[in-house]
Amino acid sequence: MSEGQKAALVRMVACGSVDDGKSTLIGRLLAQTDSVPDDQLHMARTVRRAGSIVPVGEVDFSLLTDGLEAEREQGITIDVAYRHLLLPSGRRVIIADAPGHEQYTRNMAVAASTADVAVLLVDAGRGVKRQTFRHLTICALMGVRHVIIAINKLDAVDFSRTVYDELAGSVAGAAARLEMSRVRVVPVSALDGDNVVDRSTRTPWYDGPTVLEALEETDHADEDVRPLRFPVQTILRAPDFRGLAGTIATGTVRVGDRLQVAGHSTEGRVVRIATHGGDLESAAAGDAVCVELEPDLDVARGDLLTTGEDPCVPADRFAADVVWMGEEPLAHGRSYLLVCGPLTVPATVTAVRHRRDVESGREEAARVLSLNEVGRVEIATDRPVPLDAYERSRHTGGLVLVDRVSADTVAAGMVRFALRRSANVVQHDYAVSRDARERLAGHRGKVVWLTGLSGSGKSTIADAAERNLHAQGVRTFVLDGDNVRAGLNKDLGFTAEDRAENVRRVAEVAKLMMQSGVVVLVALVSPFRSDRRAARDLFDPGDFLEVFVDTPLEVCQERDSKGLYAKAAAGTLPNLSGVGQDYEPPLQAELTLSGTGDVSDSVATLMALVLDEPGTTE
Amino acid sequence: MHDVLDALEAEAIWALRETAAAFRKPVMLYSIGKDSGVMLHLAKKAFHPGPIPFPVMHIDTTWKFREMIIFRNQMVEEYDLDLIVSTNTEAVAQGVSPFTHGAQEYTRIMKTVALREGLDRHGFDAAIGGSRRDEERSRAKERIFSLRMPGHRWEPRRQRPELWRTVNTQLTEGQTMRTFPLSNWTELDVWRYVRREGLPVVPLYFAAERPTVVRSGSLIVVDDDRMQLEPGEVPQPRMVRFRSLGCYPLSAAVESDAASVDDLIAEMESSRESERAGRLIDGEGGASMEAKKVEGYF
Repeated sequence: MSEGQKAALVRMVACGSVDDGKSTLIGRLLAQTDSVPDDQLHMARTVRRAGSIVPVGEVDFSLLTDGLEAEREQGITIDVAYRHLLLPSGRRVIIADAPGHEQYTRNMAVAASTADVAVLLVDAGRGVKRQTFRHLTICALMGVRHVIIAINKLDAVDFSRTVYDELAGSVAGAAARLEMSRVRVVPVSALDGDNVVDRSTRTPWYDGPTVLEALEETDHADEDVRPLRFPVQTILRAPDFRGLAGTIATGTVRVGDRLQVAGHSTEGRVVRIATHGGDLESAAAGDAVCVELEPDLDVARGDLLTTGEDPCVPADRFAADVVWMGEEPLAHGRSYLLVCGPLTVPATVTAVRHRRDVESGREEAARVLSLNEVGRVEIATDRPVPLDAYERSRHTGGLVLVDRVSADTVAAGMVRFALRRSANVVQHDYAVSRDARERLAGHRGKVVWLTGLSGSGKSTIADAAERNLHAQGVRTFVLDGDNVRAGLNKDLGFTAEDRAENVRRVAEVAKLMMQSGVVVLVALVSPFRSDRRAARDLFDPGDFLEVFVDTPLEVCQERDSKGLYAKAAAGTLPNLSGVGQDYEPPLQAELTLSGTGDVSDSVATLMALVLDEPGTTE
Repeated sequence: MHDVLDALEAEAIWALRETAAAFRKPVMLYSIGKDSGVMLHLAKKAFHPGPIPFPVMHIDTTWKFREMIIFRNQMVEEYDLDLIVSTNTEAVAQGVSPFTHGAQEYTRIMKTVALREGLDRHGFDAAIGGSRRDEERSRAKERIFSLRMPGHRWEPRRQRPELWRTVNTQLTEGQTMRTFPLSNWTELDVWRYVRREGLPVVPLYFAAERPTVVRSGSLIVVDDDRMQLEPGEVPQPRMVRFRSLGCYPLSAAVESDAASVDDLIAEMESSRESERAGRLIDGEGGASMEAKKVEGYF
């Protein structure tokens, strides 16, 4: 397909305020294109919900789109529903019916994320509302190419051209400011059917398309003439075969093309595009295929295949617009999982640049983003990853952020640009490997991460354990929270964001030391699970041992060796873990030590864990 | 130029591959019907030239049509399937049947409970099903990747946002995923695909003379002698076929002369009844599919 060609499947999002008549418009579109079965039509003639003004016996079109019981009771739409509209041309429209209420902005964004076209309703009697601009802004943000604005309920204003012109000008102007170029405005009455499917005789001053005709005009993005982006979803194996399977995001791949993995320069030639129905000569955007390369490259799920002419250079810092979907607000400094197609990578939101008022379009200063808010953030990934700008490709530039503890999707993000491409940071492979260094040391490097409340006894246990290990000839180092904060991390405070950065730096330093063959003992409060999880993710399994020093808060308060609890009680130390801030105990620590028992017992248990691990001493 | 079926096929293959790649232990639910048949074929395509990388599970209520079981066993041969059959044997021993417990309670015990037990017993963390959004109103809200809470509960308000081709496949303790690769297919799409790809289907979909009785306005085919006939009720031969297959006492047939896939498609292009209109288990209560889904039904 080249630009302007019409795909068989069109995805549409329907949006509008609660009472704009969206359900009625969609219901009528479905019914008048024979897209609804008879028994559902029968139901819409006989069943009535509270407030319906449609007489029994006539079709209440709004009932054709109601889904869940809770929605029928409340007479509103809660969640996105998907329906099929059969266009007279034989093309298919998949309608995502998005709710109008403000608290469901996230669902609106979801419905718009895959849409080629948006149908936006405006109630002629009530005029353009804030919500209308919100929906328009979200469509622009999510990259919807076509917008059909239906000025509805014109029957209520006697099909006044003046009213229509004013509303049409206002909404079209807003769309133009959002740089949405393919905009159609249609005067309709969804209830009576004017200009929905059939041309109205009551709008002689209008000679544009009906809503249905405007839908037929929708074309697809020119995805297959763009540079190749092929995210590898899975590796398929069979005797004498290893193929890379996935759905092509943009571009075209042909037998004989030379492909490379983003971030690497080695090329493999496409020798086969395998499908069950026989091999193909070429495949294009949207096709789910399996390619075989010669020579076979070292490729894993989540890698991105491109061509050398237009590669995607991996980066590890990005500016992105996000729609916040989590119940908990975005805390920058927090570690999340970033998911983009088959790619999953730990990532941190390092800064909130601004919040966007989606009704006025204005940018506002903000440090946090709450549910249903939209803003620009900076995201740092744990390793360089190949992401495109969203304008270039939704599939390689759109991402979600996942909370690492609840596993909820908390944000949808659109990459605007990379802040730091890693093209000039090439990791050098040194000849003296970690293995070689460890052989010289006579034992494996390892990180033992002691977490617990202030005063729980982490430093005491670390100190005693180190003395023991040292006596046995094991090379050790202790990274103690207080000591690190005196130097490397003296710029950091105790907010959740600063704690996350504190943990990140200590984990990175511990990893460097471990690679030199040292057993590193970390004694750090590190109160948040997600931060510790991010630290753990830097390591291979077995290299990172989380040890929980479990001491009741009352005991720590009693000890109060640094006087911190006294300060907290006096109100001069707001962020003390366990008092002013939560401490989240580990759920799956390798070891839990009682901080109230005999230190020598704890050390013995810890020693057993460190030394029993295969390869620690040989 | 691609047509609608090409686009739907590509989307389904994407969903199947994502499930196989992202989950620890996926399974495909196999109901023997036309949608399941399409899914088997899609799975074959998705992993070609490799094998289908997951087992298939059939929830056998022991009340399926005999022809369905024969067909199932043929498919196991043809696709070289690793088939698991899950039955609520305890309920079978207690004599639970569509005649003794009512359609709704019977379905809960023999299908929903058997499904949950089958998934738990094998520790499957993802189950692929053939449900389509056009089947029923609460299914129009269903995700392609639908999260289930501990105990397989479906919480409509906790469903994850689905954007682009990006799926959050992370699960916490006790959560599982259901995948619906055919979400965007219609019944007619399924039949057009069956025709295009030349797929085998259970002969019950085609019209034939079958012994029938009329119960509450529905045509029920008497498939074996376990059918409890009312006094004076005598099975009559009628030309009938099925649009949707389930347990024979609960599947209503339709009078039809459509004896081939072409006939079927022609009939359907003029017929305007929705497919599940013939499923007696959906009829009880206005939102009964939603209620069943909440309990863990597909």
